[in-house]
Amino acid sequence: MHHFLLTLLLLLAPPAFAQDLASVLQTHRDQIERPSRQTIAPVIEALAGAGPQAGPVLEAWADRRLGLAGDRFVIVESDRATDAVTGAPVADEARVLKPNSGVRGLIGTALVQFQLSDPATARRAAALDAIARGPDASHLDALREIGADPDPAIAARKARLERLLTIRFDPDPLARVAAIDGFSGDTGADLQAVLNPLLATTRIAAVTIPDGANVAAELTPGDEIAEADAYRLLVEAGFAPARLSAADQKAALAAHVVNGTVGGVPVADLSDPARRDAAHDALAETGLVLPAATAAEAEAALTSHHFADIYVEPNAEVTNAARSALNAMVVRRGAQQAADLTLDALSLASIYFLAAIGLAITFGVMGVMGVINMAHGEFIMMGAYTGYVVQTLIAGRTLSLIVALPAAFAVTFLAGVVLYRLVIRHLVNRPLETLLATFGVSIALQQIAKNIFGTQARPLTAPAWLEGSVGFGEIVSISTIRVAIFVLALLFLVLFLWIMNRTRLGLEVRAVTQNPGMAASMGINPDRIAMMTFGLGSGIAGIAGVAIGLFAKVTSELGSDYIVQSFMTVVVGGVGNIWGTLAGAALIGFLQKGIEVMNPGNTLAAQTFMILLIIIFIQFRPRGIMPTRGRAAEA
Amino acid sequence: MRIRKHPSALVFLALLAVFTLAMTLMSEAYGSGVVPTSTIKTLGKTLCLALAAVAMDLVWGYAGILSLGHMAFFALGGYMIGMWLMYARTGEIVAATLANSPIPPTTEELRQGITGQIFGVVGSADLPLTWAFAGSLPMQLLLVLAVPGLLAFLFGWLAFRSRVNGVYLSILTQAMTLALSLWLFQNDNGFRGNNGLSGLQNMPGLTDVPQSMISIWFLWASALLLAGGYLLAAWLTAGKFGSVIRAIRDDQTRVPFLGYSVEGYKLTVFTISATICAAAGALYYPQAGIINPAELAPIASIYLAVWVAIGGRGRLYGAVIGAVVVSLLSSWFTGGRAPALDLGFYRIEWVNWWQVLLGFGFVAVTLFAPRGLSSIIDVIADLRPPRRRGADLGPDISALREKEAEA
Amino acid sequence: MTARTILCSTALTLALAGTAWAQDDPIKIGVLHSLSGTMAISETTLKDTLLMLVDQQNAKGGVLGHQLEAVVVDPASDWPLFAEKARELISVQGVDAIFGGWTSVSRKSMLPVIEELNGLLFYPVQYEGEESSKNVIYTGAAPNQQAIPAVDYMMNELGVEKWALLGTDYVYPRTTNTILEAYLADQGVAQADIFVNYTPFGHSDWSKIVADVAALGNDGKKVGVVSTINGDANVGFYKELAAAGISADDIPVMAFSVGEEELSGLDTANLVGHLAAWNYFQTAESDANDAFVAEWKARMGEDRVTNDPMEATVLGFNLWVQAVEKAGSTDTDAVLAAIDGLEVPNLTGGTAKVLPNHHLTKPVLIGEIREDGQFDIVSETDQVPGDAWTDHLAESAVLEADWPGRDCGMWNTQTNSCVQKQSNY
Repeated sequence: MHHFLLTLLLLLAPPAFAQDLASVLQTHRDQIERPSRQTIAPVIEALAGAGPQAGPVLEAWADRRLGLAGDRFVIVESDRATDAVTGAPVADEARVLKPNSGVRGLIGTALVQFQLSDPATARRAAALDAIARGPDASHLDALREIGADPDPAIAARKARLERLLTIRFDPDPLARVAAIDGFSGDTGADLQAVLNPLLATTRIAAVTIPDGANVAAELTPGDEIAEADAYRLLVEAGFAPARLSAADQKAALAAHVVNGTVGGVPVADLSDPARRDAAHDALAETGLVLPAATAAEAEAALTSHHFADIYVEPNAEVTNAARSALNAMVVRRGAQQAADLTLDALSLASIYFLAAIGLAITFGVMGVMGVINMAHGEFIMMGAYTGYVVQTLIAGRTLSLIVALPAAFAVTFLAGVVLYRLVIRHLVNRPLETLLATFGVSIALQQIAKNIFGTQARPLTAPAWLEGSVGFGEIVSISTIRVAIFVLALLFLVLFLWIMNRTRLGLEVRAVTQNPGMAASMGINPDRIAMMTFGLGSGIAGIAGVAIGLFAKVTSELGSDYIVQSFMTVVVGGVGNIWGTLAGAALIGFLQKGIEVMNPGNTLAAQTFMILLIIIFIQFRPRGIMPTRGRAAEA
Repeated sequence: MRIRKHPSALVFLALLAVFTLAMTLMSEAYGSGVVPTSTIKTLGKTLCLALAAVAMDLVWGYAGILSLGHMAFFALGGYMIGMWLMYARTGEIVAATLANSPIPPTTEELRQGITGQIFGVVGSADLPLTWAFAGSLPMQLLLVLAVPGLLAFLFGWLAFRSRVNGVYLSILTQAMTLALSLWLFQNDNGFRGNNGLSGLQNMPGLTDVPQSMISIWFLWASALLLAGGYLLAAWLTAGKFGSVIRAIRDDQTRVPFLGYSVEGYKLTVFTISATICAAAGALYYPQAGIINPAELAPIASIYLAVWVAIGGRGRLYGAVIGAVVVSLLSSWFTGGRAPALDLGFYRIEWVNWWQVLLGFGFVAVTLFAPRGLSSIIDVIADLRPPRRRGADLGPDISALREKEAEA
Repeated sequence: MTARTILCSTALTLALAGTAWAQDDPIKIGVLHSLSGTMAISETTLKDTLLMLVDQQNAKGGVLGHQLEAVVVDPASDWPLFAEKARELISVQGVDAIFGGWTSVSRKSMLPVIEELNGLLFYPVQYEGEESSKNVIYTGAAPNQQAIPAVDYMMNELGVEKWALLGTDYVYPRTTNTILEAYLADQGVAQADIFVNYTPFGHSDWSKIVADVAALGNDGKKVGVVSTINGDANVGFYKELAAAGISADDIPVMAFSVGEEELSGLDTANLVGHLAAWNYFQTAESDANDAFVAEWKARMGEDRVTNDPMEATVLGFNLWVQAVEKAGSTDTDAVLAAIDGLEVPNLTGGTAKVLPNHHLTKPVLIGEIREDGQFDIVSETDQVPGDAWTDHLAESAVLEADWPGRDCGMWNTQTNSCVQKQSNY
């Protein structure tokens, strides 16, 4: 492969080189060994200009395959090394060089000239990537010279890049404006990345705004610009003296203490700000200190000067075109952001729903029996750890996931049944005591998980087809794993409805829920039904654990992270109704995302306010969004 | 539940007095020094926790309101007193520093100096509004009771008015303490975020008094407060008020027909309990030395309920026994002093297995001793509950069941 | 935790307090790391490191002719317990030095007790600075030994122009980010080019934050993330970054709290190329490090890794041993007098020197995450002296700590006075 490339490059390359590769490598050996992005550019340039052989050397360097054996540069290929210049095999131990990613970026930029016309599609794509990451003016010419690409996808990208580079680097303003206009209707991040810098401004203060300046906006002090800021600009530009700060005043006073007084004021009195001013004025009168600028003087200085934001880009046509292009994007981007946010909220809601659905079954459906399971979070955790254990036993990730889901269900189903038989059954009709007993189980399970798996987070890795994201347009995108969780949540909803409405178990559960005594007289064993329901709820918690583990992490505290939210989801939604749980999850998910948008810097505040809003909400709908009606509601 | 006066209160007070005296005589400051200062501090803190448990018992054991957010009031009390402790101590330091400068400081400069010291580089330059009274001890002492009391009143008013009961109320109180904890956790809100208030064991103005003495003073104060709180709770539960709240616990739907306002009584007992908790917290945290938002985490409040359950709810000394036994055991097991148990095939190291033991302990107590550890005292005193021939004590689901009433 | 440890510590704890100092009495040191609760994840390793060091030292004949004994207690990630256990260790167990703490709040909890009882604490974790106590030797990095050089690296070597400072909401990220904001402003970065976000511990819902960070690049500037995200929350964060298709070449993430131990349990494929700044990496090339890593693996198992706080623990322990030998006593004041200016070799091939402000000199290393969970060291500075009070914030630039010279940890160089001798908090 490399020999082929070498030959090809030899054919393409111009015949004469400033310096041959070997000497370039040797001259700059120290720098190549320990490169810094700030100083390496000339070396890379020299290397790039050192003939066709330099291509593979640069590539090897960027890929961390270039090494030093003694003082010879070698290219390391898996376990053998060849001389970088001659290609001869080298037997010596080679030490591989590790340029940092900044340097690798520069190398990538330099490699563009070698790769742009490479026959391998992947390399041409890599060259375009390098241009997109670190564009410079020379790339514009390179792109224009290279001609059409046989691969339609690459051709399209190349054309787009060429237009983007035109906006940035073309010397002709008209061509730039034309390129900007050509993008109308586009909201790409790369386009914004090109347009926004055109609108960069600097803020100036001046007696008159210089002619020919590309003014973005004139600023009136106290209006577009705060007076204090405007005055600071004046001070920085040397148009006005600085105003006296409290600290400066204190320092000035301290420097002029004479016999226990300053300017005739006793030092002991100086804890009063008014007396300090008096002392300072007295000092200023005697000329010991410079008088401070008064408020009136500052006011006058502000009115006699102009303040403005000036575009760095001198050409007004270009800035106007860029501004109108960006303005045109605003609405479209707003809509896309809203869509993206909705997706986020939907995804969060489905996570909450998934975490809460098992609880809704054990707590809600069995609400008449007063079961509240504080160990629900630990069942989620058990499911996640089951997934982890399965993954360590089965190599294939897809297969292990397929095994893990039923395994997690089985494990937590059993745990739920055991918990029911041993504890909950004996605490029927004592809901608050069930709460405490299951809390005991919860802390015991958490500690047992710690003892078995350690306190470190364990990996639960999604198969490749669940990695990455699904995107619609530039902004709207959502990771595949979240889509999968959403689908899983839907699946559970359907499964639950099917069980409740279409199976014998569901019929019996409904009967027991409505009237346990009557159900028992019809030959239904309420105890067995309760046990099965509890097992079902726990089993679903286990599957939810696998899903949550896939998108976040597996730790012994995984369950407790979700338990309070799960309870709130169930309570907000309304007990005993799966649609209520769904509504509760949706409300909480959308509420949290909504608050996050208003305060992007502080996710914690969003959670706090979300809980507060829920507390207030419960005051108005104490039985949740969809309260249970009829006899069961009285319980 | 037997309705009787509280002869146990006198016994309890006597035991408490003997205990405090004994500790004083064995302390480093006033006695032989057998009991180290660290133990005195632990005991003092345990007395405060016992008082919190008594307050919890008042709402849960007597009024049937399982609050899973009571530690919020406890910690709020701690925060209020902590603000004064930090402000006053910092004030001393700042005043001493600024006194060295040639120009005497203005009040504003003093205040800024204190703010800068307390909030360091991550806070705002101005003192947050919530700290407006931090310089005044009487005001902060008032706030110790007023802030948690007001919070409990507001929360209770909203919740009881809209008839939020049972498990719903428990979850709501849990959400309340979680929200408060998250709020305090945010650095921007002026309570020093996750670091919380620290160095609280150093008393302003008492820099030269050794901790061995201060710890004894706090032990006395804690014992005194516990005695007071216990008496107050005993008095409340013994009279007509006690009868009404027990009636609410056992069947709150019938109480209105007797002419009592369920909401009013619930609100009163909830607020009183919250202020008792807050007072306990205000004494606890100066002994602990630091308070941070983790103290308000929902799990802390669940533990409080568990202590009461283990000790035996519905009787005040039960709450005290539960709190003392569990927290001292916890301290012993986590201190690494418990000898490891060798099973031959596996060695049980208690640092790793203590929580498991504790967890299953809760389960065992709820299953096998629903009246808690204090029912042992009944066995010793040969007390028997009345024979009810299988009838429930009340139809409400949070009422005591027949099984629990059996000795 | 090994069975022997428990046996050893139990035997010690049960031993009678207050026995007279005799020739064959052991010298006790306290180990105050959480072995249960949320912080056990990180701190248990340090306890094991200390027990290994104690065994090694005892094999060499102990200190001053006495054997060393480690008293292990468990403060259970409960902050008030740190104060309680520290008091117990010093006044009941009579330990001569305590090695412990991880979180800032645990240190703040111990500080007043250690100062009151004139104890000696070696604190082994990188922290936010703005503190210097007479009784504490800070063997981890101050901000100028980790954060500032890391940001310099991103600016100079990666060409980052726009910054996302993401952190867990507690004092270390807050302080570090405040210092970094001031530092970046000094370097001419506009306020609008710095995005700050704080999340709770264990945060898992990162999609919006990652989208916000990606959107920062819309104005064509190179974006870099400085992450002070703590612990488990990192897992979800990196997963979300990878899912969004953001590679280390697009938006590099420089982490201050992600080390070998944190990576050891993770699938690192998503993280390759992202960065971390520490004063030590397991991949550091030196004989001392090779020996240390080999010893650790032999004792704890082949799959165990070493990390920066472990090196800081090693440095602290070695410094203490040397200081005790030099002073000829374990008395706190004598040891503190002896420890000033002491030098011990660090594991990366240089020397760590104790400065008058009770911090150490340390090299700053930048590593790129590899597929195997280790780091490629891509940059290494000379020894940087730790600065207790940062120079980049006006209010603390005027402060300095100078224990041997001025006997003050908070000296105001403007007013030439000691602001406070004891740490207030």
